[in-house]
Amino acid sequence: MMKVLFFASYREQLNCNELALPPEEQPANLSALRQQLSEKGDDWREIMEDRRTLVALNQTMTRHDAELKDGDEVAFFPPVTGG
Amino acid sequence: MTAVYISVQNEDFDSAQEQARLSDNAAVGGVVTFTGLVRDNNLDNQVNGLYLEHYPGMTESALQAIAEEASERWSLYGVSVIHRVGQLHPTDRIVFVGTASAHRQDAFAACDFIMDYLKTRAPFWKKETTPGGDRWVEERQSDKDAAQRWED
Repeated sequence: MMKVLFFASYREQLNCNELALPPEEQPANLSALRQQLSEKGDDWREIMEDRRTLVALNQTMTRHDAELKDGDEVAFFPPVTGG
Repeated sequence: MTAVYISVQNEDFDSAQEQARLSDNAAVGGVVTFTGLVRDNNLDNQVNGLYLEHYPGMTESALQAIAEEASERWSLYGVSVIHRVGQLHPTDRIVFVGTASAHRQDAFAACDFIMDYLKTRAPFWKKETTPGGDRWVEERQSDKDAAQRWED
């Protein structure tokens, strides 16, 4: 399984905190995953196309179009506001 | 070798106790601490409470990475970072950063750096309770600018 997580306002907007993708639904890289999620609806597309959206792969922030594999944990979230 | 202490917790912390932890080394000549508090207003709106969400697992490793980067940039004996999550109210302590070094300059700079990076790199999100309803706090350009200055 590949896990895809959503946090904070994105979790609320999508009404979804986690997706589990079986091998046959797993895209090869992050841009393919964004595209795949965009096709789920307008709210999804808005978040996937927002330049401020942050992505973490296996709990490390990434900006690169990383390759994905089974067992990976990908998280999408809005800009952070701690402190 | 820098002693790093990281905690993400619901419960309150004792700033004096954390300062004592950082001071317990005869080589330390200065300890700088920052304690962040929940304000009762933001952008001219009354704030009755704050809910802190985080990304369990990633939060701790992100804070650890920030502390380690600070200890590579400056000469430090100790770094402590504590961040609270869950429901908080005005006057509650929310974040603590402490740094210990032989000389004050390293401790001041490292403490400032850690707070700036924490605000842009650690996965925490604030949701305010206001008289007009709940709302997620937006990122601030001033926080991004503050973090950027360490990269020039």
